Amino acid sequence: MMYKKLMAYIKEYKLASLLAPIFVSLEVVMEVLIPMMMAQIIDVGLANNNIPYVYKIGIIMIGMALISLLFGALSGRYAAVASAGVAKNLRQAIYYKIQDFSFANIDKFSTSSLVTRLTTDVTNVQNAYQVIIRMMVRAPIMLIFALFMAFQLNAQLSVIFLFVIPFLGVALYFIMTRAHPNFVKMFKKYDLVNLVVQENLTSIRTVKAYVREDYENKKFKEATGELQQYSINAEKILAFNSPIMQLSMYFTIIMISWFGAQFIIGGSMETGQLMSLFTYVTQILSSLMMISMSFVMVTMAKSSAERIIEVLDEESDLTNASDPLTQVKDGSIEFRNVDFSYSKDPNNLALSQINIKIKSGQTVGILGGTGSAKTSLVQMIPRLYDVTNGQILVGGQDVRNIDIETLRDNVAMVLQKNILFSGTIKENLRWGDANATDEDIIHACQLAQADEFIQSFPEKYDTLLDQGGTNVSGGQKQRLCIARALLKKPKILILDDSTSAVDTKTDALIRKAFKEEIPNTTKIIIAQRVSSVEDADMIIVLDDGKINGIGTHEELLKTNAIYQEVYESQTKGDDQE
Amino acid sequence: MRMKPIAGPKPKRGDTIKSLKRISGYLFKYYKIHFVTVVICIIVSAFANVRGTLFLQTLIDSYIVPFIGQTNPDMSGLMRALMSLAAIYMIGVATTYIYNRIMINVANGTLKHIRDDMFTHLQSLPIRYFDQHTHGELMSRFTNDTDTLRQLLSQTIPQILNSAITIISVAISMIVLSWQLTIITVLMVMIMIVTSRKVGAQSSRFFNKQQNDLGRLNGYIEEMMDGQKVVKVFCHEDVSKQEFDALNTQLCASATSANSFANFMGPISANLGHLTYSVTAIAGTIFAINGIGSLSIGKIASFLQLTRSFNMPISQITQQFNSIVMALAGAKRIFDLLDQEPETDEGYVTLVNAEIDAEGNITESQKRTGQWAWKHPHSDGSITYTKLTGDVRFFDVDFGYTDEKIVLHDVSLFAKPGQKLAFVGATGAGKTTITNLINRFYDIQDGKIRYDDININKIKKDDLRRSLGMVLQDTHLFTGTIKDNIRYGKLDATDEEIYEAARIANADTFIKHLPHGYDTYLTSDGAGLSQGQRQLLSIARAAVANPPVLILDEATSSIDTRTESLIQTAMDQLMHGRTVFVIAHRLSTVKNSDAIMVLEQGRIIERGNHQELIEQKGRYYQLYTGAFELE
Repeated sequence: MMYKKLMAYIKEYKLASLLAPIFVSLEVVMEVLIPMMMAQIIDVGLANNNIPYVYKIGIIMIGMALISLLFGALSGRYAAVASAGVAKNLRQAIYYKIQDFSFANIDKFSTSSLVTRLTTDVTNVQNAYQVIIRMMVRAPIMLIFALFMAFQLNAQLSVIFLFVIPFLGVALYFIMTRAHPNFVKMFKKYDLVNLVVQENLTSIRTVKAYVREDYENKKFKEATGELQQYSINAEKILAFNSPIMQLSMYFTIIMISWFGAQFIIGGSMETGQLMSLFTYVTQILSSLMMISMSFVMVTMAKSSAERIIEVLDEESDLTNASDPLTQVKDGSIEFRNVDFSYSKDPNNLALSQINIKIKSGQTVGILGGTGSAKTSLVQMIPRLYDVTNGQILVGGQDVRNIDIETLRDNVAMVLQKNILFSGTIKENLRWGDANATDEDIIHACQLAQADEFIQSFPEKYDTLLDQGGTNVSGGQKQRLCIARALLKKPKILILDDSTSAVDTKTDALIRKAFKEEIPNTTKIIIAQRVSSVEDADMIIVLDDGKINGIGTHEELLKTNAIYQEVYESQTKGDDQE
Repeated sequence: MRMKPIAGPKPKRGDTIKSLKRISGYLFKYYKIHFVTVVICIIVSAFANVRGTLFLQTLIDSYIVPFIGQTNPDMSGLMRALMSLAAIYMIGVATTYIYNRIMINVANGTLKHIRDDMFTHLQSLPIRYFDQHTHGELMSRFTNDTDTLRQLLSQTIPQILNSAITIISVAISMIVLSWQLTIITVLMVMIMIVTSRKVGAQSSRFFNKQQNDLGRLNGYIEEMMDGQKVVKVFCHEDVSKQEFDALNTQLCASATSANSFANFMGPISANLGHLTYSVTAIAGTIFAINGIGSLSIGKIASFLQLTRSFNMPISQITQQFNSIVMALAGAKRIFDLLDQEPETDEGYVTLVNAEIDAEGNITESQKRTGQWAWKHPHSDGSITYTKLTGDVRFFDVDFGYTDEKIVLHDVSLFAKPGQKLAFVGATGAGKTTITNLINRFYDIQDGKIRYDDININKIKKDDLRRSLGMVLQDTHLFTGTIKDNIRYGKLDATDEEIYEAARIANADTFIKHLPHGYDTYLTSDGAGLSQGQRQLLSIARAAVANPPVLILDEATSSIDTRTESLIQTAMDQLMHGRTVFVIAHRLSTVKNSDAIMVLEQGRIIERGNHQELIEQKGRYYQLYTGAFELE
């Protein structure tokens, strides 16, 4: 079932996936035939002093070895092509899938878990796939073919295999099935050890500041102690592998020696054949070992495969309407009886009973304490999340009826967690509009009050930003993100606490520019500072997921207790002066 | 006369030997008897195996050929020989099990010791070391490098010992049979080794390329996953797919090459083995015809069987070669970490709980009294106690993270006991640096820092840090319950103390709303909590520690101002009469401090309380009125 799903990603590597096992089989045929040739050299050539025969078979053997080498190389090549190719397809499928994820889907998988799935898990599956098309073909074929040859050589003697193979098979089966769950436990402990190190590294300052080195050491030693215990538990079962293998092999050799000697003496067998038989003993028994090892390797990759399928099976919970509108009339917004829950659970609402009407071109401020669901409120406008109950209208239309791309092009949002990407400033800004001219870009930056500092960089708009934009300050980063959003020329602009690191004066200049330059764009501003919202046309005070008050600055100062308190906490001290 | 060093700048072989020595050092320190037993068992088991291989010759020569054609052969000799072979084999099987079993304990135990030593040592390293090394780099000491070492200990070492013994015994038997043929075999083996090494070199070249491409793709994936929400907001999915495809295709190409070459190794060594067999057979026959080395047919047959036993361990060793090199490189990185100089601590003044009577006499107490004293032993054996008041003074302190770049110049400041002292300034002005000097995360280049009139270098680092509660700029939470995370501040805190601390930090309300309240289990650095909530928890952690001196470094930057002022009131009560340092760029956070210091480019440019600074109409005034931007 699970493997069937992954099979779909073999695609253009079907041929390679087919050729690899075919060549492996041919290689195995050669490998099994060669001992036969070896027997011929001894029994026919050397025993009868038939020198030309020795040369002939010797040269044939050299030829066979070369052919076998060729087959081996080809199978190795195709196995590599197929497994790397399947890995490529899988990675692409996962990545594309994630690109189609909604915010809710992204929240469900954390960033780091998505990265693991795209990297480590895919590599595990890649290795397992290679094992499947090579080892898991090679081992059984070798087992069967070598067994066949052994019976050809001497059927009576080969009966011994009918006892030894089931014995070893069962023993290996028991070892592997016993060991596997222990290895799963061991890997969990291994992850725990890594987790302790990881957390210790990120929090090393906390550890040192609280003088918790000894505590951390104790924690780590407990984790490594458990890891040691579980590793030993798992590996001590595996320790039976080689002795049991040896036992089977030695038993077979002694039995074959005993009966074989009598056959030879009796004249029904040749010495060379006996020696070839010994070779087949090794081939047969080690292919059994190989089968059991392949199974272990493939089962180890099982959980990786499961994690990958989990992503591939995830359905984006945001879908485009069947006949979506591709235009947004204006920047008006209306919330009608909106409830929202991240878990879609009506008993655990983050927002409830929201009713707001915003006219196109208005400036709206949103204020509220930590956890009052300000961000949740605005994220529903560009359909980053869907409402749980009720309706949101943009330009008079339910957002769910508008084409998602059209909607998001018209509703620009500057997220609280701002991300700039590695690349030049210009490249980053062009995210807003791939075809923006240099003038457009400069104009947007002027509005966002970013032009000045960008001009002060030696490379100006071609300045390279590091990953995450760590080489510009927080305030600069925020202004670049605003400029990036402005380049979309949206009908609605949402700033989610996007000027928190910008000083009040620049903050005021940005707002002034908005008012003068983009008067028809609806502006929604979430802020901590009263000064950022006090001149808005409408201020919404949120508390615990409910609207606590709506009005202008003056109205709220008179009527709203929370607003008064916030205002006071930010201006306290002024009154005394 | 000074000796010139003979070795060049890269004593690579020396490093390898040193690493090997240190690994064996671990083995011998903890597992001497075990390891010796393992070696003995491997030797015995290898001999048993070789004995079996060599028996074949005896079988044919002594028990088969002489009896061929006899109608009633005497098989008792063969029976006896096989019985003794069986006995030897049983010993072989037993010793194989014994060494495998013991080696599991040795390998896992040694790994535990190495891991523990690494971690313990890591804890003792200065903060500077963590600045200079990425987490990924240090993590890989514990993961990749330790893993290759595991491989070396549990597989490579036993296998090499085993192979070596087989090779030597087989080689001796071969030489005894025919040194002429041995030369041919050895030549063929040489070819095999050289070819494998060549292919191996190619393989590792492509392997490196694959690792590079993988690294680039991973980097891209990480950046994009991190910014996935921005990608969505900007409808940038198609571009990101294209960029991804380019990197993905590149990786596919290099992975194909790397794996192809790795896959060639097996067929090459197997078939070169076959070639050796054929060549030896032909050569043996030629020798026999020409009477070289008086070779009999039986001898050639035995010899051919030996070549097979000879090839197998050799190809095993060649294939192990890369893993040895990798393991030793990993071991070297591990030992490099273990060789790092730990944080030095020459302090001897310790922090004790104190009871202070009416006359001001200080006595040491085992209980937590809410009062602390510095215990100061003197060279004459006497001990004096100084009350901890939180009087911190900087005298002309200069500091730079590197000697070339001084970030603090001539900083002099004083915190009077019981005062709340604030630092304001742009990012990079040196606010956090100052607090990092008080707790000696870093040592100063010049000047002096005195704490209750004791040079902080004389105070034991642990005690110094214990006296300072710190809420750091980046809040990191540990995997565990909320309770565990708060308890980190005071390991023996009762549940009551934890609830109280959470109330002080105003974290109580949101914690109660969590599905399991205080027992809610946090994973991956408190994912699911907002930045503000994490800050509240980290304040609670400091509150439960209830330290003599508190440092708040941007501790409330993500908390709304209303909640912040509630926390401030509570913290002011808790810290009443004790010294508090506050760092913030939000002025509302620092406004009610007793003294505010404005820092600019590593210098203190203004000092005073809010009112005084406003009246000065300097930089603080500009900041306050919004005429100047921080950051």
